[in-house]
Amino acid sequence: MITLNHYLALGGLLFCIGLFGALAKKNAIGVLMGIELMLNAVNINLVAFNHYLEPARVVGQVFAIFVIVVAAAEVAVGLALVLNIYRRRLDSNVDDLNWLRW
Amino acid sequence: MIKYAWLIPVFPALAFPLIVFVTRKVRLLSALVAIAAIGASFVMATGVLGEVLLTGVTMDKPVEYATTWLGIPGLLKIEAGVLVDPLTAVMLLVVTLVALLVEIYSVGYMHGDPGFATFFGYLSLFSASMLGLVVANNYFMIFFFWELVGLCSYLLIGFYYHKSSAARAGLKAFVTNRVADFGFMLGFFFLFAAFGTFNFRELAAAIPSYQNTAFLTLAAVLVFIGPIGKSAQFPLHVWLPDAMEGPTPVSALIHAATMVAAGVYLLARAFVLFASLPGVMLVIAYVGGFTALFAATIAVTQRDIKRILAYSTVSQLGYMVMAMGVGSMTAGMFHLMTHAFFKALLFLGAGSVIHALEEQDIFRMGGLYKDMKVTASTFIIAALSLAGLPPLAGFWSKDEILAAAFGNGFTGLYILGTLVAFLTAFYMFRLIFVAFFGDRRAGLHAHESPLTMTGPLLVLAALSVVAGFVGAPFVSHGFSTFVYYGEPHHVAPNYGVMFLSVAVALAGIGLAWLLYGRPSDVPEKLAQRYRSIYTLLVNKYYIDEFYQWLFRRVALGLAEAFNWNDRHVVDGVFDGVGDVTRISGQKLRLLQTGNLQTYALVIFTAVVILALWMAAPVLGGVVQ
Repeated sequence: MITLNHYLALGGLLFCIGLFGALAKKNAIGVLMGIELMLNAVNINLVAFNHYLEPARVVGQVFAIFVIVVAAAEVAVGLALVLNIYRRRLDSNVDDLNWLRW
Repeated sequence: MIKYAWLIPVFPALAFPLIVFVTRKVRLLSALVAIAAIGASFVMATGVLGEVLLTGVTMDKPVEYATTWLGIPGLLKIEAGVLVDPLTAVMLLVVTLVALLVEIYSVGYMHGDPGFATFFGYLSLFSASMLGLVVANNYFMIFFFWELVGLCSYLLIGFYYHKSSAARAGLKAFVTNRVADFGFMLGFFFLFAAFGTFNFRELAAAIPSYQNTAFLTLAAVLVFIGPIGKSAQFPLHVWLPDAMEGPTPVSALIHAATMVAAGVYLLARAFVLFASLPGVMLVIAYVGGFTALFAATIAVTQRDIKRILAYSTVSQLGYMVMAMGVGSMTAGMFHLMTHAFFKALLFLGAGSVIHALEEQDIFRMGGLYKDMKVTASTFIIAALSLAGLPPLAGFWSKDEILAAAFGNGFTGLYILGTLVAFLTAFYMFRLIFVAFFGDRRAGLHAHESPLTMTGPLLVLAALSVVAGFVGAPFVSHGFSTFVYYGEPHHVAPNYGVMFLSVAVALAGIGLAWLLYGRPSDVPEKLAQRYRSIYTLLVNKYYIDEFYQWLFRRVALGLAEAFNWNDRHVVDGVFDGVGDVTRISGQKLRLLQTGNLQTYALVIFTAVVILALWMAAPVLGGVVQ
């Protein structure tokens, strides 16, 4: 029997993998992918809570769709930034993108 | 006439702007304007005195006209008013008369000076201020004019402003007086705090029943500091000898006859305040007596004709203050009057000599009597009057002071006063024997001064002879029943005191003749023998040097300390705040690595911590 906790564990696992990717990946594309994973982990949580706690209403699903829309917009902006940086510097290694400092 | 007494200061007050703005280019006209104005004041003053005598205005029943100048109902009332009593009337006459004569004299003396017209403008301003001071009916007004005469004094001492010594002397007079004026100001503010009025008559009515003696003593001592400065009493006498840098008519009018007497006049005006405090009276008496002796001893060794007269003035002012202190306002004012005449005459005579010779050192003069008969004889009359020989004016007034000191039980001050009388006769006749008799010194050609100068000398000489009779003890309705404090008291002539003062005066003249009347080397030998005393006297007891030291070391040292405090402590605090901000910013900015992933980690960690913190109660529930 699959319970709410299983879904939450899956969401948490996915979130941690995404977080690790966002914090540890050298490639900017990889960082973006990590962020996507984190967002999707949240989506799983939302849908799972909706299904188990308030099955009559569909607020969780609606929320999840919102998140997917926002994530799509974010990826569009993020990829555009990475593409432009790559064109200027021929580099997409985030360790080198540190010129926003003193 | 008393009704229009307020006009007396107004005439010269109008002459000043008229001269400065209109007639300045026309020299003689400027002088005429000034003389006409003071002449009008003199006529008015005579009228006022006449009316005071005829209509029975006495010290107890003065006439007062006043209007509120500045008022906050229930809080503050400052009047502009005129108070006429015999004291005012006498003072008005003395001031206008001496000012008139000095201005006439100045036409001759200042002839050819580029600042001729300006000089008369200043003299008019001075006369207006001095007369305003005399008629004032309250402390605030008297202080206002007190400051104005101080300003005129400054302007006229520094009249030859291109001479740095004159400019410095003016500054010294101004600053020294400022110290004293501050005391005076505090004093009458205290009186206002206690009684709520500046008016002399209201204060006179309120003071005798006032209980807080300590506060009143403080106020009285502070008020007395004013006369100490203005009347050049020890220890603020230092400005007066230096004030001789001004033109000689100024020395005669301001620094001998009138302005310096303002301090004594203030003591008389505020006499009720002092009379109720025996301790303060004692201080006044001893300050006066000490100054009289102190200045007389300095005068004995000076060589500059004007400086001898200046120290003589300080000494005589000390006499007047002493008279006030021993409780005889009559004697003080009487001496003020006679002294105004003969000291103005001495200064004008000295001016006549300086005008002829362009020389002020008496030891480079000599034999002037042959060339300047009028100047010399009037000068000798004035000197005899100052020395106190009967029946000249100075004899009666000085005698009254000595008799008052003796009669009121101040035997020490009486002996001191007699000693001063001896010294006075000595230094005056030292001056006369050296400058007017003996051989002519080489290279100096004296000539008699023009009539504009000798005329005033003759008038003043006549006054120096007769002015004393109004207060002679055998005149039954004389000065003492006219100007007095409390009850009019007729002092019986004290022949013992009279005889002794005449004897010491003659002894002084005799000693001067022995030492300086004929060629001798005795003075030189005496100076050699008592070198330390002589040096001390020639250097005026090193008071100036002491003040120099005081200001260089103490005042500048203090300033240095404050400067250090400001630069290091005050500035240090504010600079420190800035430095801390700047340096901490410098160090802290290194935290900004620019690495996005680091930032993300920090944000995430923070969120976790916050979430744990907020969830702590729930988590705690789970554990339990």
